[in-house]
Amino acid sequence: MSELRDKSKRLQSGGSRKYHEKLAHAGKLFARERLRLLLDQDSFVEDGLFANSVEDGLAADGVITGTGKINGTTVCVMANDSTVKAGSWGKRTVEKIIRIQETAEKLRSPLLYLVDSAGARITDQLEMFPGRRGAGKIFYNQVKLSGVVPQICLLFGPSAAGGAYIPAFCDVVIMVDKNASMYLGSPRMAEMVIGQKVSLEEMGGARMHCSVSGCGDFLAKDESEAIQIAKSYFAYWQQPIHKEFRSNPSVEKISSIVPKEQNLPFDMKKLINLLVDQNSSLEVKELFAPELITMFARLNGRAIGIIANQSKVKGGVLFGDSADKAARFITLCDAYQIPLLFLIDVPGFMVGTQVERAGIIRHGAKMIAAMSEATVPKISVIVRKAYGAGLYAMAGPAFEPDCCIALPTAQIAVMGPEAAVNAVYHNQIQAMEPEARETFIQEKRKAYQEDIHIYRLASELIVDAMVELEDLRYELAKRYDLYGDKQIHFSKRKHPIYPV
Amino acid sequence: MSRVEATIVGTVSKVLVSIGDDIQSGQEVVILESMKMLIPVEATKAGKVTAIHVKEMDFVNEGDTLIVLEESQ
Repeated sequence: MSELRDKSKRLQSGGSRKYHEKLAHAGKLFARERLRLLLDQDSFVEDGLFANSVEDGLAADGVITGTGKINGTTVCVMANDSTVKAGSWGKRTVEKIIRIQETAEKLRSPLLYLVDSAGARITDQLEMFPGRRGAGKIFYNQVKLSGVVPQICLLFGPSAAGGAYIPAFCDVVIMVDKNASMYLGSPRMAEMVIGQKVSLEEMGGARMHCSVSGCGDFLAKDESEAIQIAKSYFAYWQQPIHKEFRSNPSVEKISSIVPKEQNLPFDMKKLINLLVDQNSSLEVKELFAPELITMFARLNGRAIGIIANQSKVKGGVLFGDSADKAARFITLCDAYQIPLLFLIDVPGFMVGTQVERAGIIRHGAKMIAAMSEATVPKISVIVRKAYGAGLYAMAGPAFEPDCCIALPTAQIAVMGPEAAVNAVYHNQIQAMEPEARETFIQEKRKAYQEDIHIYRLASELIVDAMVELEDLRYELAKRYDLYGDKQIHFSKRKHPIYPV
Repeated sequence: MSRVEATIVGTVSKVLVSIGDDIQSGQEVVILESMKMLIPVEATKAGKVTAIHVKEMDFVNEGDTLIVLEESQ
Protein backbone atom coordinates (compact mmCIF):
# COMPACT_ATOMS: atom_id res chain seq x y z
CA MET A 1 0.00 0.00 0.00
CA SER A 2 1.33 3.47 -0.88
CA GLU A 3 2.18 5.90 1.90
CA LEU A 4 -0.74 8.15 0.90
CA ARG A 5 -3.26 5.30 0.89
CA ASP A 6 -1.95 4.07 4.20
CA LYS A 7 -2.19 7.53 5.80
CA SER A 8 -5.65 8.14 4.34
CA LYS A 9 -6.89 4.84 5.67
CA ARG A 10 -5.58 5.59 9.14
CA LEU A 11 -7.18 9.03 9.15
CA GLN A 12 -10.48 7.61 7.94
CA SER A 13 -10.55 5.23 10.86
CA GLY A 14 -10.87 8.15 13.29
CA GLY A 15 -9.81 7.80 16.93
CA SER A 16 -8.42 4.86 18.84
CA ARG A 17 -10.20 1.56 19.33
CA LYS A 18 -11.31 2.32 22.91
CA TYR A 19 -13.31 5.29 21.69
CA HIS A 20 -14.95 3.19 18.97
CA GLU A 21 -15.88 0.62 21.61
CA LYS A 22 -17.33 3.36 23.80
CA LEU A 23 -19.39 4.56 20.85
CA ALA A 24 -20.75 1.08 20.13
CA HIS A 25 -21.54 0.56 23.81
CA ALA A 26 -23.74 3.68 23.75
CA GLY A 27 -25.61 2.34 20.70
CA LYS A 28 -23.98 4.96 18.47
CA LEU A 29 -22.53 4.62 14.99
CA PHE A 30 -19.16 5.85 13.77
CA ALA A 31 -19.51 9.19 11.94
CA ARG A 32 -18.48 7.66 8.59
CA GLU A 33 -21.09 4.92 8.97
CA ARG A 34 -23.72 7.61 9.57
CA LEU A 35 -22.68 9.27 6.32
CA ARG A 36 -22.75 5.95 4.50
CA LEU A 37 -26.37 5.41 5.59
CA LEU A 38 -27.36 8.98 4.75
CA LEU A 39 -25.79 9.50 1.34
CA ASP A 40 -26.28 7.80 -2.02
CA GLN A 41 -23.78 5.02 -2.60
CA ASP A 42 -20.30 6.20 -3.71
CA SER A 43 -21.48 9.80 -4.00
CA PHE A 44 -19.32 11.30 -1.24
CA VAL A 45 -16.19 13.37 -1.81
CA GLU A 46 -14.31 14.54 1.26
CA ASP A 47 -12.43 17.77 1.94
CA GLY A 48 -9.81 18.29 4.62
CA LEU A 49 -9.14 14.69 5.59
CA PHE A 50 -5.55 15.69 6.34
CA ALA A 51 -6.51 18.60 8.63
CA ASN A 52 -4.12 18.65 11.59
CA SER A 53 -2.66 15.33 10.44
CA VAL A 54 0.85 16.26 11.58
CA GLU A 55 -0.48 15.88 15.13
CA ASP A 56 -1.17 12.42 16.54
CA GLY A 57 -4.71 11.37 17.45
CA LEU A 58 -6.50 14.20 15.68
CA ALA A 59 -7.77 12.45 12.54
CA ALA A 60 -9.47 14.99 10.23
CA ASP A 61 -9.36 17.24 13.31
CA GLY A 62 -12.54 15.57 14.58
CA VAL A 63 -14.91 16.52 11.79
CA ILE A 64 -15.70 15.00 8.40
CA THR A 65 -16.77 17.48 5.74
CA GLY A 66 -17.63 17.04 2.09
CA THR A 67 -20.23 16.83 -0.63
CA GLY A 68 -22.46 13.96 -1.73
CA LYS A 69 -25.98 13.19 -2.89
CA ILE A 70 -29.29 12.23 -1.28
CA ASN A 71 -31.76 10.69 -3.70
CA GLY A 72 -29.75 12.25 -6.54
CA THR A 73 -29.66 15.80 -5.10
CA THR A 74 -26.31 17.33 -4.19
CA VAL A 75 -25.88 18.07 -0.48
CA CYS A 76 -23.04 19.26 1.75
CA VAL A 77 -22.36 17.57 5.07
CA MET A 78 -20.35 17.99 8.22
CA ALA A 79 -20.14 15.15 10.73
CA ASN A 80 -18.43 15.39 14.10
CA ASP A 81 -16.26 12.37 14.84
CA SER A 82 -16.68 11.78 18.56
CA THR A 83 -13.87 9.18 18.56
CA VAL A 84 -11.45 12.10 18.07
CA LYS A 85 -11.21 14.27 21.19
CA ALA A 86 -14.95 13.74 21.78
CA GLY A 87 -15.69 15.59 18.53
CA SER A 88 -14.45 18.84 20.06
CA TRP A 89 -13.66 21.88 17.94
CA GLY A 90 -10.07 23.00 17.30
CA LYS A 91 -8.91 25.67 14.89
CA ARG A 92 -9.03 23.43 11.81
CA THR A 93 -12.33 21.81 12.85
CA VAL A 94 -13.88 25.26 12.80
CA GLU A 95 -12.19 26.18 9.51
CA LYS A 96 -13.51 22.99 7.89
CA ILE A 97 -17.07 23.68 9.05
CA ILE A 98 -16.86 27.27 7.77
CA ARG A 99 -15.57 26.06 4.42
CA ILE A 100 -18.33 23.50 3.91
CA GLN A 101 -20.84 26.25 4.69
CA GLU A 102 -19.18 28.39 2.02
CA THR A 103 -19.39 25.45 -0.39
CA ALA A 104 -23.09 24.99 0.36
CA GLU A 105 -23.67 28.68 -0.37
CA LYS A 106 -21.77 28.50 -3.67
CA LEU A 107 -23.48 25.29 -4.79
CA ARG A 108 -26.86 26.38 -3.37
CA SER A 109 -26.94 22.91 -1.79
CA PRO A 110 -28.70 21.79 1.38
CA LEU A 111 -26.35 21.43 4.32
CA LEU A 112 -26.67 18.63 6.88
CA TYR A 113 -24.97 18.90 10.26
CA LEU A 114 -24.39 15.51 11.91
CA VAL A 115 -23.61 16.72 15.41
CA ASP A 116 -21.92 14.76 18.19
CA SER A 117 -19.50 17.12 19.87
CA ALA A 118 -18.27 18.07 23.33
CA GLY A 119 -17.85 21.69 22.19
CA ALA A 120 -14.79 23.93 22.05
CA ARG A 121 -11.30 22.62 22.80
CA ILE A 122 -10.54 24.96 25.68
CA THR A 123 -6.81 24.41 25.17
CA ASP A 124 -7.13 25.86 21.65
CA GLN A 125 -9.47 28.70 22.52
CA LEU A 126 -7.36 31.58 21.25
CA GLU A 127 -7.12 29.95 17.81
CA MET A 128 -10.72 28.79 17.45
CA PHE A 129 -12.97 30.97 19.60
CA PRO A 130 -12.78 34.75 19.24
CA GLY A 131 -11.38 35.63 15.79
CA ARG A 132 -12.86 36.52 12.42
CA ARG A 133 -12.80 32.89 11.32
CA GLY A 134 -13.41 31.54 14.79
CA ALA A 135 -16.47 29.52 15.86
CA GLY A 136 -18.69 32.60 15.81
CA LYS A 137 -18.33 32.60 12.02
CA ILE A 138 -20.13 29.23 11.88
CA PHE A 139 -23.24 30.75 13.44
CA TYR A 140 -22.97 33.91 11.35
CA ASN A 141 -22.89 31.72 8.24
CA GLN A 142 -25.85 29.69 9.47
CA VAL A 143 -27.93 32.83 9.85
CA LYS A 144 -26.85 33.97 6.38
CA LEU A 145 -27.68 30.59 4.84
CA SER A 146 -31.04 30.33 6.60
CA GLY A 147 -33.80 30.38 4.00
CA VAL A 148 -31.24 30.18 1.18
CA VAL A 149 -30.42 26.48 1.51
CA PRO A 150 -32.11 23.96 3.79
CA GLN A 151 -30.03 23.32 6.93
CA ILE A 152 -30.85 20.10 8.74
CA CYS A 153 -29.36 19.00 12.05
CA LEU A 154 -29.11 15.36 13.09
CA LEU A 155 -28.17 15.32 16.74
CA PHE A 156 -26.58 12.01 17.74
CA GLY A 157 -24.75 13.06 20.88
CA PRO A 158 -24.06 16.22 22.82
CA SER A 159 -24.25 19.71 21.39
CA ALA A 160 -22.78 21.65 24.22
CA ALA A 161 -22.43 25.30 25.20
CA GLY A 162 -21.88 27.51 22.13
CA GLY A 163 -22.17 24.40 19.96
CA ALA A 164 -25.84 24.20 20.95
CA TYR A 165 -26.44 27.06 18.54
CA ILE A 166 -25.76 24.83 15.52
CA PRO A 167 -29.10 23.05 15.98
CA ALA A 168 -30.74 26.31 17.03
CA PHE A 169 -29.98 27.90 13.66
CA CYS A 170 -30.97 24.87 11.59
CA ASP A 171 -34.38 24.58 9.93
CA VAL A 172 -35.12 21.37 11.80
CA VAL A 173 -33.43 19.27 14.47
CA ILE A 174 -33.68 15.48 14.65
CA MET A 175 -32.65 14.15 18.06
CA VAL A 176 -31.87 10.56 19.05
CA ASP A 177 -33.62 9.57 22.27
CA LYS A 178 -31.31 9.03 25.27
CA ASN A 179 -28.08 9.96 23.40
CA ALA A 180 -28.69 13.42 21.95
CA SER A 181 -28.52 16.45 24.20
CA MET A 182 -28.35 20.19 23.87
CA TYR A 183 -27.44 22.59 26.64
CA LEU A 184 -25.62 25.85 27.27
CA GLY A 185 -24.34 24.82 30.69
CA SER A 186 -23.73 21.19 31.62
CA PRO A 187 -25.20 19.72 34.84
CA ARG A 188 -21.70 20.01 36.34
CA MET A 189 -21.56 23.70 35.49
CA ALA A 190 -25.13 24.29 36.76
CA GLU A 191 -24.20 22.78 40.09
CA MET A 192 -21.04 24.86 40.27
CA VAL A 193 -22.49 28.26 39.38
CA ILE A 194 -26.11 28.14 40.57
CA GLY A 195 -26.11 25.17 42.94
CA GLN A 196 -28.68 23.20 40.95
CA LYS A 197 -28.43 19.40 40.90
CA VAL A 198 -29.94 18.00 37.74
CA SER A 199 -29.40 15.09 35.34
CA LEU A 200 -28.27 15.60 31.75
CA GLU A 201 -31.54 14.14 30.49
CA GLU A 202 -33.58 16.63 32.54
CA MET A 203 -31.33 19.52 31.62
CA GLY A 204 -31.04 19.01 27.89
CA GLY A 205 -32.12 15.52 26.85
CA ALA A 206 -33.74 14.76 23.51
CA ARG A 207 -37.19 14.06 24.92
CA MET A 208 -37.20 17.27 26.94
CA HIS A 209 -36.22 19.37 23.92
CA CYS A 210 -38.76 17.68 21.64
CA SER A 211 -41.66 18.00 24.09
CA VAL A 212 -40.96 20.92 26.43
CA SER A 213 -38.47 23.48 25.07
CA GLY A 214 -39.40 23.03 21.41
CA CYS A 215 -35.73 23.11 20.35
CA GLY A 216 -36.07 19.61 18.84
CA ASP A 217 -38.41 18.77 15.96
CA PHE A 218 -38.20 14.98 15.72
CA LEU A 219 -37.48 12.41 18.42
CA ALA A 220 -35.89 9.31 16.88
CA LYS A 221 -35.62 6.01 18.74
CA ASP A 222 -32.16 5.31 17.30
CA GLU A 223 -29.63 6.61 14.79
CA SER A 224 -31.02 4.64 11.82
CA GLU A 225 -34.45 6.14 12.42
CA ALA A 226 -32.93 9.63 12.69
CA ILE A 227 -31.26 9.19 9.30
CA GLN A 228 -34.50 7.87 7.81
CA ILE A 229 -36.41 10.91 9.15
CA ALA A 230 -33.80 13.22 7.59
CA LYS A 231 -34.27 11.52 4.21
CA SER A 232 -38.07 11.66 4.48
CA TYR A 233 -37.92 15.34 5.42
CA PHE A 234 -35.47 16.07 2.63
CA ALA A 235 -37.82 14.53 0.07
CA TYR A 236 -40.30 17.41 0.52
CA TRP A 237 -37.60 19.72 -0.84
CA GLN A 238 -37.27 17.71 -4.01
CA GLN A 239 -39.61 17.78 -6.98
CA PRO A 240 -42.89 15.83 -6.77
CA ILE A 241 -41.89 12.20 -6.57
CA HIS A 242 -45.16 10.78 -7.67
CA LYS A 243 -48.68 11.73 -8.64
CA GLU A 244 -51.40 10.06 -6.70
CA PHE A 245 -54.85 10.78 -8.04
CA ARG A 246 -56.53 9.22 -5.06
CA SER A 247 -60.29 9.46 -5.18
CA ASN A 248 -62.18 11.52 -2.64
CA PRO A 249 -62.76 9.78 0.68
CA SER A 250 -66.15 8.14 1.05
CA VAL A 251 -68.92 10.15 2.67
CA GLU A 252 -69.43 7.45 5.29
CA LYS A 253 -65.77 7.45 6.21
CA ILE A 254 -65.27 11.18 6.51
CA SER A 255 -68.63 12.45 7.76
CA SER A 256 -68.29 10.56 11.03
CA ILE A 257 -65.00 12.27 11.88
CA VAL A 258 -66.15 15.85 12.52
CA PRO A 259 -68.78 16.26 15.25
CA LYS A 260 -71.53 18.80 14.59
CA GLU A 261 -71.23 20.22 18.12
CA GLN A 262 -68.53 22.88 18.19
CA ASN A 263 -67.41 22.06 21.73
CA LEU A 264 -66.73 18.32 21.29
CA PRO A 265 -63.18 17.22 20.53
CA PHE A 266 -62.19 15.13 17.50
CA ASP A 267 -58.93 13.90 16.04
CA MET A 268 -57.90 16.31 13.27
CA LYS A 269 -55.17 13.87 12.20
CA LYS A 270 -57.84 11.41 11.05
CA LEU A 271 -59.26 14.10 8.80
CA ILE A 272 -55.81 15.01 7.44
CA ASN A 273 -55.06 11.34 6.70
CA LEU A 274 -58.15 11.15 4.51
CA LEU A 275 -57.27 14.37 2.69
CA VAL A 276 -53.63 13.82 1.75
CA ASP A 277 -51.83 11.17 -0.31
CA GLN A 278 -51.44 7.88 1.49
CA ASN A 279 -48.31 7.57 3.66
CA SER A 280 -47.16 11.01 2.56
CA SER A 281 -47.22 12.89 5.87
CA LEU A 282 -44.43 13.82 8.26
CA GLU A 283 -45.36 15.64 11.45
CA VAL A 284 -42.97 18.29 12.75
CA LYS A 285 -42.78 18.94 16.51
CA GLU A 286 -45.30 16.17 17.18
CA LEU A 287 -44.61 16.16 20.92
CA PHE A 288 -44.40 19.94 21.40
CA ALA A 289 -47.60 22.01 21.76
CA PRO A 290 -49.71 19.20 20.26
CA GLU A 291 -52.87 21.37 20.35
CA LEU A 292 -51.59 22.62 17.00
CA ILE A 293 -50.46 20.24 14.26
CA THR A 294 -47.65 21.19 11.87
CA MET A 295 -47.13 18.62 9.17
CA PHE A 296 -45.68 18.10 5.71
CA ALA A 297 -47.73 16.01 3.35
CA ARG A 298 -48.42 15.56 -0.34
CA LEU A 299 -51.58 16.31 -2.26
CA ASN A 300 -51.57 14.65 -5.68
CA GLY A 301 -47.78 14.48 -5.34
CA ARG A 302 -47.33 18.16 -4.45
CA ALA A 303 -45.64 18.91 -1.12
CA ILE A 304 -47.69 21.12 1.20
CA GLY A 305 -47.30 22.35 4.77
CA ILE A 306 -50.35 21.89 7.00
CA ILE A 307 -51.16 23.96 10.08
CA ALA A 308 -54.20 22.54 11.87
CA ASN A 309 -55.94 23.00 15.21
CA GLN A 310 -56.21 19.77 17.19
CA SER A 311 -59.32 19.96 19.39
CA LYS A 312 -58.40 16.62 20.90
CA VAL A 313 -55.62 18.33 22.86
CA LYS A 314 -56.44 21.30 25.10
CA GLY A 315 -59.49 21.93 22.95
CA GLY A 316 -57.29 23.15 20.09
CA VAL A 317 -56.89 26.48 21.89
CA LEU A 318 -53.85 28.52 20.80
CA PHE A 319 -51.17 29.05 23.45
CA GLY A 320 -47.83 30.85 23.34
CA ASP A 321 -45.98 27.65 22.41
CA SER A 322 -48.49 26.68 19.72
CA ALA A 323 -48.24 30.17 18.21
CA ASP A 324 -44.42 29.96 18.17
CA LYS A 325 -44.61 26.50 16.64
CA ALA A 326 -46.92 27.74 13.88
CA ALA A 327 -44.83 30.85 13.19
CA ARG A 328 -41.69 28.77 12.80
CA PHE A 329 -43.32 26.22 10.50
CA ILE A 330 -44.97 28.87 8.31
CA THR A 331 -41.62 30.65 7.92
CA LEU A 332 -39.95 27.36 7.02
CA CYS A 333 -42.48 26.49 4.32
CA ASP A 334 -42.57 30.02 2.94
CA ALA A 335 -38.76 30.19 2.66
CA TYR A 336 -38.66 27.14 0.40
CA GLN A 337 -41.82 27.65 -1.64
CA ILE A 338 -43.94 25.00 0.03
CA PRO A 339 -47.66 25.95 -0.19
CA LEU A 340 -49.62 26.22 3.04
CA LEU A 341 -52.92 24.73 4.13
CA PHE A 342 -54.65 25.99 7.28
CA LEU A 343 -57.32 23.68 8.74
CA ILE A 344 -59.26 25.82 11.19
CA ASP A 345 -61.14 24.62 14.26
CA VAL A 346 -60.06 27.14 16.85
CA PRO A 347 -61.84 28.46 19.96
CA GLY A 348 -59.34 31.35 20.08
CA PHE A 349 -56.20 32.21 21.99
CA MET A 350 -56.04 31.07 25.62
CA VAL A 351 -57.07 33.57 28.29
CA GLY A 352 -56.12 33.91 31.96
CA THR A 353 -53.35 35.35 34.09
CA GLN A 354 -50.88 32.56 33.40
CA VAL A 355 -50.78 33.06 29.64
CA GLU A 356 -50.94 36.86 29.84
CA ARG A 357 -47.89 36.90 32.12
CA ALA A 358 -46.12 34.59 29.70
CA GLY A 359 -46.73 37.10 26.91
CA ILE A 360 -49.36 35.32 24.84
CA ILE A 361 -50.04 38.57 22.96
CA ARG A 362 -46.51 38.86 21.59
CA HIS A 363 -46.39 35.11 20.85
CA GLY A 364 -49.69 35.36 18.97
CA ALA A 365 -48.35 38.39 17.12
CA LYS A 366 -45.40 36.27 15.91
CA MET A 367 -47.78 33.76 14.37
CA ILE A 368 -49.92 36.45 12.75
CA ALA A 369 -46.80 38.21 11.39
CA ALA A 370 -45.33 35.02 9.91
CA MET A 371 -48.64 34.03 8.36
CA SER A 372 -49.20 37.52 6.92
CA GLU A 373 -45.74 37.62 5.36
CA ALA A 374 -46.04 34.18 3.75
CA THR A 375 -46.37 34.63 0.01
CA VAL A 376 -46.56 30.99 -1.05
CA PRO A 377 -49.97 29.71 -2.16
CA LYS A 378 -52.02 29.58 1.04
CA ILE A 379 -55.49 28.19 1.49
CA SER A 380 -57.54 28.33 4.66
CA VAL A 381 -60.32 25.86 5.32
CA ILE A 382 -62.77 26.57 8.13
CA VAL A 383 -63.61 23.09 9.34
CA ARG A 384 -65.68 24.11 12.37
CA LYS A 385 -65.31 27.17 14.56
CA ALA A 386 -63.03 30.11 13.86
CA TYR A 387 -63.36 32.39 16.84
CA GLY A 388 -61.67 35.63 17.76
CA ALA A 389 -58.04 36.23 16.87
CA GLY A 390 -57.86 32.51 16.14
CA LEU A 391 -59.47 33.29 12.78
CA TYR A 392 -56.79 35.89 12.09
CA ALA A 393 -53.84 33.69 13.13
CA MET A 394 -55.10 30.82 10.98
CA ALA A 395 -55.05 32.82 7.73
CA GLY A 396 -58.57 34.25 7.91
CA PRO A 397 -59.97 36.24 4.98
CA ALA A 398 -58.19 39.51 5.89
CA PHE A 399 -54.78 37.87 5.57
CA GLU A 400 -54.97 37.26 1.85
CA PRO A 401 -55.29 33.53 1.59
CA ASP A 402 -55.62 32.63 -2.08
CA CYS A 403 -58.91 31.13 -1.04
CA CYS A 404 -60.87 30.82 2.19
CA ILE A 405 -63.06 27.72 2.02
CA ALA A 406 -65.84 26.96 4.50
CA LEU A 407 -67.30 23.55 5.18
CA PRO A 408 -71.03 23.42 6.05
CA THR A 409 -69.97 22.91 9.69
CA ALA A 410 -68.03 26.21 9.73
CA GLN A 411 -68.78 28.98 12.18
CA ILE A 412 -67.02 32.36 12.19
CA ALA A 413 -67.44 34.81 15.04
CA VAL A 414 -65.67 37.01 17.54
CA MET A 415 -66.72 34.40 20.08
CA GLY A 416 -69.11 31.45 20.33
CA PRO A 417 -72.84 31.92 21.07
CA GLU A 418 -72.57 31.01 24.76
CA ALA A 419 -69.80 33.49 25.50
CA ALA A 420 -71.29 36.19 23.28
CA VAL A 421 -74.75 36.13 24.89
CA ASN A 422 -73.17 36.24 28.31
CA ALA A 423 -70.93 39.15 27.32
CA VAL A 424 -73.69 41.24 25.76
CA TYR A 425 -76.56 40.54 28.16
CA HIS A 426 -74.75 39.80 31.42
CA ASN A 427 -76.37 42.56 33.49
CA GLN A 428 -79.81 41.91 32.00
CA ILE A 429 -79.53 38.15 32.70
CA GLN A 430 -78.44 38.76 36.28
CA ALA A 431 -81.44 41.00 36.92
CA MET A 432 -83.94 38.39 35.65
CA GLU A 433 -85.97 35.94 37.64
CA PRO A 434 -84.30 32.48 37.42
CA GLU A 435 -87.21 30.90 35.51
CA ALA A 436 -87.09 33.59 32.79
CA ARG A 437 -83.33 33.40 32.38
CA GLU A 438 -83.00 30.11 30.50
CA THR A 439 -85.64 31.00 27.90
CA PHE A 440 -84.04 34.40 27.36
CA ILE A 441 -80.56 32.89 26.97
CA GLN A 442 -81.73 30.23 24.50
CA GLU A 443 -83.57 32.83 22.39
CA LYS A 444 -80.54 35.12 22.24
CA ARG A 445 -78.20 32.25 21.40
CA LYS A 446 -80.48 31.16 18.56
CA ALA A 447 -80.59 34.69 17.18
CA TYR A 448 -76.81 34.96 17.46
CA GLN A 449 -76.34 31.66 15.64
CA GLU A 450 -78.58 32.79 12.81
CA ASP A 451 -76.59 35.99 12.57
CA ILE A 452 -73.29 34.14 12.13
CA HIS A 453 -74.66 31.31 10.02
CA ILE A 454 -72.12 30.26 7.42
CA TYR A 455 -74.52 30.70 4.48
CA ARG A 456 -75.10 34.26 5.60
CA LEU A 457 -71.33 34.84 5.71
CA ALA A 458 -70.93 33.23 2.28
CA SER A 459 -73.66 35.54 0.99
CA GLU A 460 -71.59 38.49 2.27
CA LEU A 461 -68.50 37.13 0.41
CA ILE A 462 -66.64 36.63 3.68
CA VAL A 463 -65.65 33.16 2.48
CA ASP A 464 -64.75 32.44 -1.13
CA ALA A 465 -66.18 28.95 -1.48
CA MET A 466 -68.27 26.40 0.34
CA VAL A 467 -67.36 22.77 -0.05
CA GLU A 468 -68.60 19.48 1.35
CA LEU A 469 -65.97 17.69 3.39
CA GLU A 470 -65.93 14.69 1.06
CA ASP A 471 -65.13 16.99 -1.91
CA LEU A 472 -62.36 18.88 -0.13
CA ARG A 473 -59.39 16.83 -1.32
CA TYR A 474 -60.31 17.28 -4.97
CA GLU A 475 -61.03 20.98 -4.47
CA LEU A 476 -57.69 21.60 -2.75
CA ALA A 477 -55.69 19.64 -5.34
CA LYS A 478 -57.23 21.72 -8.14
CA ARG A 479 -56.64 24.99 -6.37
CA TYR A 480 -52.98 24.28 -5.51
CA ASP A 481 -52.43 23.33 -9.13
CA LEU A 482 -53.95 26.64 -10.27
CA TYR A 483 -52.11 28.76 -7.68
CA GLY A 484 -48.76 27.05 -8.27
CA ASP A 485 -47.17 29.89 -10.23
CA LYS A 486 -48.13 32.61 -7.76
CA GLN A 487 -45.45 35.32 -7.63
CA ILE A 488 -45.86 38.14 -5.14
CA HIS A 489 -43.59 40.11 -2.84
CA PHE A 490 -45.01 41.10 0.49
CA SER A 491 -43.00 44.31 0.86
CA LYS A 492 -39.93 46.12 -0.44
CA ARG A 493 -38.77 47.21 3.00
CA LYS A 494 -35.59 45.83 4.57
CA HIS A 495 -37.52 43.86 7.20
CA PRO A 496 -40.34 44.42 9.67
CA ILE A 497 -39.83 44.92 13.38
CA TYR A 498 -40.56 41.34 14.33
CA PRO A 499 -42.71 40.75 17.39
CA VAL A 500 -40.50 38.42 19.46
CA MET B 1 -48.94 5.65 42.79
CA SER B 2 -49.75 7.73 39.75
CA ARG B 3 -51.52 11.07 39.43
CA VAL B 4 -53.76 12.26 36.66
CA GLU B 5 -53.33 16.02 36.29
CA ALA B 6 -55.37 18.79 34.71
CA THR B 7 -54.04 19.47 31.21
CA ILE B 8 -55.47 22.97 31.06
CA VAL B 9 -56.85 25.64 33.39
CA GLY B 10 -60.67 25.49 33.58
CA THR B 11 -63.55 23.94 35.49
CA VAL B 12 -64.44 20.31 36.08
CA SER B 13 -67.37 19.40 33.86
CA LYS B 14 -67.67 15.74 34.75
CA VAL B 15 -65.83 13.10 36.77
CA LEU B 16 -66.14 9.82 34.87
CA VAL B 17 -64.71 7.39 37.45
CA SER B 18 -65.31 6.37 41.06
CA ILE B 19 -63.00 5.25 43.82
CA GLY B 20 -62.15 1.58 43.36
CA ASP B 21 -62.59 1.58 39.57
CA ASP B 22 -59.97 -0.24 37.53
CA ILE B 23 -59.00 1.94 34.60
CA GLN B 24 -56.87 1.50 31.52
CA SER B 25 -54.09 3.70 30.20
CA GLY B 26 -55.66 6.13 27.74
CA GLN B 27 -59.08 5.96 29.38
CA GLU B 28 -60.89 9.27 29.86
CA VAL B 29 -61.32 9.96 33.57
CA VAL B 30 -62.39 13.60 33.81
CA ILE B 31 -63.92 16.09 31.38
CA LEU B 32 -62.72 19.66 31.88
CA GLU B 33 -64.38 22.71 30.42
CA SER B 34 -62.14 25.50 29.25
CA MET B 35 -62.63 28.16 26.59
CA LYS B 36 -66.14 26.69 26.12
CA MET B 37 -64.58 23.42 24.95
CA LEU B 38 -65.05 20.04 26.57
CA ILE B 39 -61.61 18.61 27.11
CA PRO B 40 -61.21 14.98 28.13
CA VAL B 41 -58.33 14.11 30.44
CA GLU B 42 -56.95 10.63 29.99
CA ALA B 43 -55.04 8.42 32.41
CA THR B 44 -51.51 7.84 31.20
CA LYS B 45 -51.19 4.63 33.21
CA ALA B 46 -53.48 1.73 34.12
CA GLY B 47 -54.51 1.23 37.74
CA LYS B 48 -57.14 1.40 40.47
CA VAL B 49 -58.61 4.77 41.47
CA THR B 50 -57.66 5.46 45.10
CA ALA B 51 -58.58 9.14 45.42
CA ILE B 52 -60.58 11.76 43.55
CA HIS B 53 -59.47 15.32 44.31
CA VAL B 54 -62.14 17.25 42.40
CA LYS B 55 -65.89 17.50 41.91
CA GLU B 56 -68.05 19.06 39.21
CA MET B 57 -67.73 22.84 38.82
CA ASP B 58 -64.38 22.97 40.68
CA PHE B 59 -61.83 25.39 39.23
CA VAL B 60 -58.48 23.76 38.44
CA ASN B 61 -55.13 25.04 37.28
CA GLU B 62 -53.00 23.18 34.75
CA GLY B 63 -51.02 20.54 36.64
CA ASP B 64 -53.49 20.19 39.54
CA THR B 65 -54.09 16.61 40.63
CA LEU B 66 -57.50 15.29 39.59
CA ILE B 67 -57.28 11.58 40.31
CA VAL B 68 -54.81 9.33 42.11
CA LEU B 69 -54.23 5.76 40.93
CA GLU B 70 -52.54 2.76 42.37
CA GLU B 71 -50.72 1.50 39.33
CA SER B 72 -51.39 -2.01 38.02
CA GLN B 73 -48.44 -4.37 38.33
